[in-house]
Amino acid sequence: MSPLAQRRWNQFRKNRRAYNALWIFLTLFILSLFAEFIANDKPILVYHQDELFVPVLFDYSEQDLGGKLSSAANYWDPTIQELIENSDGWILWAPVPYHFRTPDMYLNGPAPTPPDSIHWLGTDDAGKDTFARLIYGFRLSVLFGITLTIISASIGVIVGGLQGYFGGLVDLIGQRFVEIWTGLPILIILIILASIVEPSFFWLLGCLAAFSWMSVVGVVRAEFLRTRNFEYVRAATALGDTHLSIMIRHVLPNAMTAALTFLPFILSGAITSLTALDFLGFGLPAGSASLGELLNQGKRNLQAPWLGLTGFVTVGVMLTLLIFVGEGIRDAFDPRKTISASGDRS
Amino acid sequence: MTALVEVKDLSVAFGNSQVVNGISFSIDAGETVALVGESGSGKTVSALSIPQLLPYPYASHPSGSITLDGEEMVGAGKSKLLAMRGSVVSMIFQEPMTSLNPLHKIGRQVSEMLVLEERVTRKNASDRVRELFDLVGLDESVRIDAYPHELSGGQRQRVMIAMALAQEPKLLIADEPTTALDVTIQKQILELLKDIQKKLNMSLLLITHDLTVVRSLASRICVMTGGDVVEQGPSRKIFEMPEHQYTKHLLAAEFLELPPDAENEAPIIANVKDLHVRYPKGRHWFGKQEYLDAVRGISLKIQRGHTIGIVGESGSGKTTLGLAILRMIPSTGEIWVREENLQTLSKKALKPHRKDLQIVFQDPYGSLSPRMTVNQIVGEGLRIHEPDLSETEKNEKVLEAIIEVGLEAEMLERYPHEFSGGQRQRISIARALVLKPKLIVMDEPTSALDVSVQAQIVDLLREVQRKYDLVYLFISHDLKVVRALAHDIVVMKDGQVVEQGPAQEIFDSPSNSYTKELLNAAFMPDEYADAK
Repeated sequence: MSPLAQRRWNQFRKNRRAYNALWIFLTLFILSLFAEFIANDKPILVYHQDELFVPVLFDYSEQDLGGKLSSAANYWDPTIQELIENSDGWILWAPVPYHFRTPDMYLNGPAPTPPDSIHWLGTDDAGKDTFARLIYGFRLSVLFGITLTIISASIGVIVGGLQGYFGGLVDLIGQRFVEIWTGLPILIILIILASIVEPSFFWLLGCLAAFSWMSVVGVVRAEFLRTRNFEYVRAATALGDTHLSIMIRHVLPNAMTAALTFLPFILSGAITSLTALDFLGFGLPAGSASLGELLNQGKRNLQAPWLGLTGFVTVGVMLTLLIFVGEGIRDAFDPRKTISASGDRS
Repeated sequence: MTALVEVKDLSVAFGNSQVVNGISFSIDAGETVALVGESGSGKTVSALSIPQLLPYPYASHPSGSITLDGEEMVGAGKSKLLAMRGSVVSMIFQEPMTSLNPLHKIGRQVSEMLVLEERVTRKNASDRVRELFDLVGLDESVRIDAYPHELSGGQRQRVMIAMALAQEPKLLIADEPTTALDVTIQKQILELLKDIQKKLNMSLLLITHDLTVVRSLASRICVMTGGDVVEQGPSRKIFEMPEHQYTKHLLAAEFLELPPDAENEAPIIANVKDLHVRYPKGRHWFGKQEYLDAVRGISLKIQRGHTIGIVGESGSGKTTLGLAILRMIPSTGEIWVREENLQTLSKKALKPHRKDLQIVFQDPYGSLSPRMTVNQIVGEGLRIHEPDLSETEKNEKVLEAIIEVGLEAEMLERYPHEFSGGQRQRISIARALVLKPKLIVMDEPTSALDVSVQAQIVDLLREVQRKYDLVYLFISHDLKVVRALAHDIVVMKDGQVVEQGPAQEIFDSPSNSYTKELLNAAFMPDEYADAK
């Protein structure tokens, strides 16, 4: 790590709140990446007829396990379980033996059922395990948010940078376009589009990206406008540097703090938009694991408060953690703070 | 006669750090006292303590007392302070551009205090304002209902003085009253202050870093450094028999040696012919485009190892000329370097020349990217012009340049804000030097620095010039520094050359009246204000 990165990292670590938030968030996120191993209706390992099966990774048909049907094996099926037991085999289930797609056929009451030892957070109105839906939904939201943030921040920095650096006509036209584009009501456009096209993950990503890059443009443009008249930029011109190199090496680093302070907001905004769309039913296709859909269920089933509470707490904690981390990053990139913290002012 | 102001054992602290350590001085009625020191010496803070204008309670006085006109100021109540400010003590500040509210007419700003405190009517107030304007030398051409932007810097400073004088205070505190002004205007303002002080028999406390200002104005001088008054006494004594090491150091910085001789027959490395620069001004709808001629037909022959001093007041086009020669702004005319006319070269063909032509800017804060380390800043030129260098070779060259300008190897990984103004200027010079250029345009490189640091930078520039046979195009309004460096002088006014020739000749016997005026203002005659 370069001394600069080292210093920033130290500064970030000094901020206990941000540091802890980052660890909690990373732990949750990495755990959720292995959601298939945590909550799945397929066992992780099956030992059967002296053979080891890994159903979590590969699909096996019943015939593979010595059954009669050629369709995919349903490990909840008593026949299959019997088959395995008879051959002195064993089944290693995931800690939560339910997938977000599969309803529990053996509920001990009408869905949604309240939390108990089998379904830790209860089930939703289709009898699906809430906890399973939660971890898959969390993973999806975060992945969606991060991808959207990267895309829209990149577009925003490029557009804002070009406008600010060149100014004049480029800026004039760019600003007018951004103003008009910002004026479009995003949610309504998405709802209209959702009635034409069947939304999917990437389709939603593209649509939201098309409307969320403007938030960075303003700050980046202002920073570029301010910085391009500085003497160090002139000095770089005198050194014979090219426009592109000046923009990237001299102006951009100074504009990055401004953009960085916006990133956590874009990220949480992206997650919120996805949740909102799902909540309204215009988001991901029905049946997907999503926090918005969970909230919507909570709204529809007020008699089952565990649904609403789970969704609310998850979204709340996730957004809070992200903001804490964002604050820490912003402060770590501030050279004044970095120095006063390391204490070697001369 | 009792003193009007009696400061005893005054300390000032901000938070936990003490910035002024128990200083004492007094000002008699009708006397002019100067607090002289470099930035950070605590002079402004000490002076602001008199009217208690510091940001209390963050600022505090651990010890000391200030008696103003018989009243104790330290710890005085709000209503008492309000009564004292304006009527007993008032202030003028350094920056005339920002001390006036741009949205109010100047007459109203001056009369505001009168209307507030003395309860005069608006009508009478405007008569009084006119009277004050006469006093500060603003004639009928300056309307009472003018807005600040319609006035020049000098005129604004006069309005500020009129405001301060509105209630005929017994003490006027002037915080660097002339620093932001051109030399000739500086001189006028100083004479005005002297005049008014005599007329109103008022006491004057001058805060300044510039010893020249003080010499003809102050009867007593307190020299401050690091929060202490290290020496105080009558001005004549301070100048002729300084006792403290620091005072001697300041005085030495004030009188720089003349530059070493340069070869007369040195080859010409750059030849500028008939250079014009014009900026488009605002245009009316369908109207004709108007232009502002910043540089009008300037020719220069630049010899190797010489320093050409370009002097003039603000707006004379001297910086524009420097930028135009480097082709950083469009211009017409010819710029011949190494048998090639830079004006006709494409951006690509110009690039190899960029290596030879470098620039150092005035502002040591704005000229270094705050997000790059010293190593990166100095290494930029090498990255662009010598991309074949390995990382080690590059680091070696950067280190060499850094040591050349008097910095140390362990500073390489630090950021600009960790350095003082003088050190930053050294970094800027290292950035230019690392490419081994032939010509460096110095755009007021010493103007933002304290006098003693100025002297160090001048020494450094001389040393480097001798070593590499460099050419400096030294742009400055500070004639003292120019005299210490330049072999040839170009005096500019309104984009034109008014006088051009060897430095010695121009300094000894200027032929143009404008040059004479400039020199007169910069090198004030050796007269002292009388001690009372």
